[in-house]
Amino acid sequence: MIAALLLIRSTIADVLPDNRADVFYSKYSGGGMDITGYSATARAKLTENFAVEANYFIDKVSGASIDVLSQASVIKDERKQKSGTLEYLHDKTTYTASYISSVERDYISETASFSLSQSMFGDLTTLTLGFSDTHNTVGENNGTADVPKVAWVGHALSRTYSGGLSQILTKNLIADVNLQVITDAGYLANPYRSIRFLDGGNAKGYSLASQVYPDTHTSTAVQVQAKYYLPYRAAVTGLYRYFTDTWGVIGNTYEVDYTHPIGNTWIFEGRLRYYRQGAASFYSDLFPFADSQNFTARDQNLAALDNTTIGAKVTYAFLPDGWRIFKRGTVTADVSRIRFNYLNFRDIKDFSLPQYTPGTEPLYSFSATVYQLFLSMYF
Amino acid sequence: MRRSSILMLGALSGTLLLSSGCSLQPWVKPYERDRLADPIMAWDRDAISSGYMDHIRESREGSRGATGGAGGGCGCN
Repeated sequence: MIAALLLIRSTIADVLPDNRADVFYSKYSGGGMDITGYSATARAKLTENFAVEANYFIDKVSGASIDVLSQASVIKDERKQKSGTLEYLHDKTTYTASYISSVERDYISETASFSLSQSMFGDLTTLTLGFSDTHNTVGENNGTADVPKVAWVGHALSRTYSGGLSQILTKNLIADVNLQVITDAGYLANPYRSIRFLDGGNAKGYSLASQVYPDTHTSTAVQVQAKYYLPYRAAVTGLYRYFTDTWGVIGNTYEVDYTHPIGNTWIFEGRLRYYRQGAASFYSDLFPFADSQNFTARDQNLAALDNTTIGAKVTYAFLPDGWRIFKRGTVTADVSRIRFNYLNFRDIKDFSLPQYTPGTEPLYSFSATVYQLFLSMYF
Repeated sequence: MRRSSILMLGALSGTLLLSSGCSLQPWVKPYERDRLADPIMAWDRDAISSGYMDHIRESREGSRGATGGAGGGCGCN
């Protein structure tokens, strides 16, 4: 029964997923930042055709990434995200509407989304179409970590158009293709990050200045993945994503996952992910002089970079016969190690004159570890 | 002229696809889908966890999208 319901979630769309409640803990540590996250989620079917879901997520950030540390004090912040989702099933079509609100001291984001999912061709194919509208308010904390003084610097609007097709190909193989186009307009820069330019009058050999981004941005991403049931009870997944945008960034993502259950109690999963991107056309680690071009960025996200993730996950299922209102429960632990290498972003925090002249500092790299632990109860 | 030809070709392809789709018989019968129904074949068993990982990546990479949603916030720090 449970397996049948999971099939519905993954491949067809004519029964709503089971009731579920989750509590979630996460910790990210790396690159000078520690982020601890807590989350609670509950979803319930009010009728066979109508379900509601609510989620609350809180991230606590301490420290700051290198390009913030190069110019500012250590940061403490909190991000609180609330979301609500309504799902309505009519025949072979599921309609989903959701609202997400994310609030930080210096950043407010609100997103409204709508999608529909249609099962067709004898439930071999599921087509999903979606649209979302996001409004962001961007601020800058000019105070300290403990006594913030936030100045609101701008707004940004985003629209997301999504399409997806999931297809059963054989009795052992399923495939999925997703396309997402996102358009942004407004204040799109990160106010905490700066460019640097050569300046003989400065003892460091360079000076900092504000980034200047275009006020529009459109990106297109296509992801293709396939999952194969091996001759023994295990599954392997292959994934590729291509990304391109109007800022000149081209990204390629490759991922392989292996899932191996033991009986109905344990599921072990291992994954390997490699990501590589080229720099934005207006990115430079070191500009020759101030205002040397119309648009300027030194945000590490827009640099040429690659990263490699190795991850492992284990899920333990308990209460196979249920208890009170619960049909079963699972507890899951997940750990990922990510190595980030920047190909044209230099470490100016730890290396400087007289040993290193501007532009000769070692390239920046760091490793991060992500821990996740969560309890899921199905009812 | 050229644009209208492309539109006509698109409409014709769509019509052919839909008409052939309606007569398609499922080549994997419902009783042959027991392996696909195994939890290990689910695309995403834990949406909160994958959404969290997407958020981490989108805060550190130039790429975004086509993975199933990553929530809000800027990851500015």
